[in-house]
Amino acid sequence: MSLDIREGELLAVVGENGAGKSSLMNVLYGLYHPDSGEVSVGGKSVRLKSPRDAIALGIGMVHQHFMLVPTLTVAENVVLGREPTRRGLFDWERAVKEVAATCERFGFVLDPRARVDTLTVGSQQKVEIVKALHRGARVLILDEPTAVLTPQEADELARVMRGLVAQGRTVVLISHKLKEVLGVADRIAVMRRGRLVAEVRPSETSATALAALMVGESQRAVMSNAAATPEEKLASEALLEAVGFPAQGDNGRPAQHGGEAHLGDVLLEATGLQALGDNGRTAPRVSEKFPGGALLETTGLQALGDNGRPVPRVGEKPPGDLLLEATGLQALGDNGCPALRGVDLTVREGEIVGIAGVDGNGQRELAEVLTGLRSLTAGSGTLLGRPLKGLTPAEARARGVGHVPEDRLRRAVVKALSVEENIALGRHSGPPFAKGMWIDFAGRRERAQSLLAAYDVRPPEPTLPLQALSGGNQQKVVVARELDARPRLLVVVQPTRGLDIGAVTQVHARLREARAQGTGVVLVSLDLEEVLALADRVYVLFEGRVTGQFTRPEYDERELGRRMLGAEQAHG
Amino acid sequence: MLEILHRLLFATLDAAPALVFAALGAVLSERAGVVAVGVEGMMRVGAFCAAVAALVMPTPAAVGMGMLAGAALAAVHGFLCIRWRSDQVVSGIALNLVALAGGTFLLETHFGPNGTPPIQQLPPLHWPELASVPLLGALSGHAAPTYLALLLPLLLQGMLTRTPLGLRLRAVGDKPHAVATLGLSVPALRWGAVLGGGLLAGLGGAVLSTTVLDRFEQHTPAGLGFMALAAMVFGRWTPMGAFAAAAFFAFGNALRIGLASSAPGLLELVPQGVLLALPYLLTLLVLTFQGQRNSTPASLGVPYEQESR
Repeated sequence: MSLDIREGELLAVVGENGAGKSSLMNVLYGLYHPDSGEVSVGGKSVRLKSPRDAIALGIGMVHQHFMLVPTLTVAENVVLGREPTRRGLFDWERAVKEVAATCERFGFVLDPRARVDTLTVGSQQKVEIVKALHRGARVLILDEPTAVLTPQEADELARVMRGLVAQGRTVVLISHKLKEVLGVADRIAVMRRGRLVAEVRPSETSATALAALMVGESQRAVMSNAAATPEEKLASEALLEAVGFPAQGDNGRPAQHGGEAHLGDVLLEATGLQALGDNGRTAPRVSEKFPGGALLETTGLQALGDNGRPVPRVGEKPPGDLLLEATGLQALGDNGCPALRGVDLTVREGEIVGIAGVDGNGQRELAEVLTGLRSLTAGSGTLLGRPLKGLTPAEARARGVGHVPEDRLRRAVVKALSVEENIALGRHSGPPFAKGMWIDFAGRRERAQSLLAAYDVRPPEPTLPLQALSGGNQQKVVVARELDARPRLLVVVQPTRGLDIGAVTQVHARLREARAQGTGVVLVSLDLEEVLALADRVYVLFEGRVTGQFTRPEYDERELGRRMLGAEQAHG
Repeated sequence: MLEILHRLLFATLDAAPALVFAALGAVLSERAGVVAVGVEGMMRVGAFCAAVAALVMPTPAAVGMGMLAGAALAAVHGFLCIRWRSDQVVSGIALNLVALAGGTFLLETHFGPNGTPPIQQLPPLHWPELASVPLLGALSGHAAPTYLALLLPLLLQGMLTRTPLGLRLRAVGDKPHAVATLGLSVPALRWGAVLGGGLLAGLGGAVLSTTVLDRFEQHTPAGLGFMALAAMVFGRWTPMGAFAAAAFFAFGNALRIGLASSAPGLLELVPQGVLLALPYLLTLLVLTFQGQRNSTPASLGVPYEQESR
């Protein structure tokens, strides 16, 4: 594939997971090395052996996962690697001054003396940008920069990006949020399976058209089929935008096979990156690093078939019995500081309750309290008819609480065990997984096979070790297991993080299905759009308190964003 | 009373250097993110090589040989942990076992079970003008390593907190990927720290056989390497903290010997075993009150792989 990047433009690169966006950018930043093809900067062919070369050429990168040392100050992080010295010693005061100057020059408000781990996510991102600018970056690559930001922070980032472009710098924005891209970019490059499939101007396209380019035609046809009811339409719009979530994806394709880039008038250009045959099949030269997986289209098809089922519309549903009623919940975080400082919460049968908030505001701890993994320090509540206090994980399971945890490899599965063994986990001592004190191999196999078929897990092979499955299929196994136990209350945390669009669609469909069957669902997600698409009610958490409560018709993304940043409930 | 205190202080200053050097070596390695369980083994090869080298060369040069031997063993650790990304704890334990068995083997085949022949110890240095001052007088009459052990923690602390290299080492122990994206070499920084740690641990071992004793004995260093690790943890991975902890342990040891020799009647009241356990009991007591503040380098023991995030 080939790509030109021109001076002083804001180029957006969009594409699905595994389309090769991040790999391409890592090549431009010298972290990965192309198998073939070349990169040219300013018309000269260059070899980028390490980030040092890229920095020297004026290329800076802000990674999706921040590359900051949390225990160091802002100034130390920015100057690391090119520290000012005085008589051989690190000159901290000068570092602070230099960084303050850079901040001022580009209009960032940051305290260079603050330790990075005390900053908000939005500020940390600014530190990353300052870090690149401080090194004289003329081309700034931002990899999925808004994935973790509130709407307000994302707006500010957009202003920052436009400001940099106005100063003649070049910004390359990698994103999956199409609306945002349309609002800010000068030019949009669409990638699919390691190839550049289109270059468009925002004025000549729309979110729908871009999504179609990203996922390919067959996928889009199915997507629009799914958008049958207004609610479904809302959801599938969100899904289209969720395309390109970080994934160890089902479509783990060779991202690219070589690259070339020039720069003349054109500042940066990559050509000849190749990955797949024209018909979407794997080209003969597939790198062994990327084992193929199930084709995305087929996965999506099945998922959307499920999605097309009639789902009760919100508002028409009678309010169910109270499953959970909690007041004044308080609990400590892992670091021993209060993480929940008085949370009131109710969940009824047949509703999805969303928990929104910026990462680290008590969501994780709340989910752990509800599943018995974390003990309360104060507050009380009734969970499925009995007190919440003193709940243990076993007790929670016995009462009918299901849990899809945030980190499945840590909390949900044993990756070295087989798929069927993982499906039996937690219910391994009862039918159909056991007879008396012995494992019921036949019953377990049968149940596993029917679940794998029903949830479209690929490959549907119960004896494979779980780690042989892709992340999306692992997650399907977890969801299948938890729902198969027919929970009355289901606690799901970040259920679609790292999944490709097919798996996302399917997990969402399953959650709606559970709701339709009367399960109460607590959905904790950092992705506001996911919460808004699925939840009937939303609680916003900020620093361990509920700062806002919204019910479906009154969703206001701006207001939610304000509450996520701690704004008081003045006119809510 | 003053006399007893003087004797305790003197004994502490005599015993502390080996522990201090090893603890500093461990701090250096671990701040860069490489687990230093192998310190015990590095001390042992350092002690052995210094004792053997001193048979054919001047003792100060033999101490240098001991340092190089420690660094050589650290290089094996670095090769396994940095180059091949193997488990750092397992690698360290393996080095300890190899050093233990190898030391015994070489000792018995070449010198017999009782240790190497005696060598010329490092000479004590006297400061006449200090000797007459009460308490401070205890500073006089030690061999060179004692004074180095008082100076080196300051230097290392300055290096870690005040120099660009120190900043990079701390960063590489907390978040190596951040360091890599800035164009610095993670392996180079870690190699430097591991080899430096090996030199220091080797020095600690060499001090044992050239100043505390005058030979390499079968059991050297008898767990001192592990006490050095405890000192590192207790000192929250800072050179000055590790120094203070190591000095505290050495003081506990001096106290034990002092108590046994200055009050023979005590042994009738308190069993000898309790006295022997005193330094360790003190350690446990202090660790109990230390609290839980987490100061472990964040990426300690995590092998660095460029393409994982």
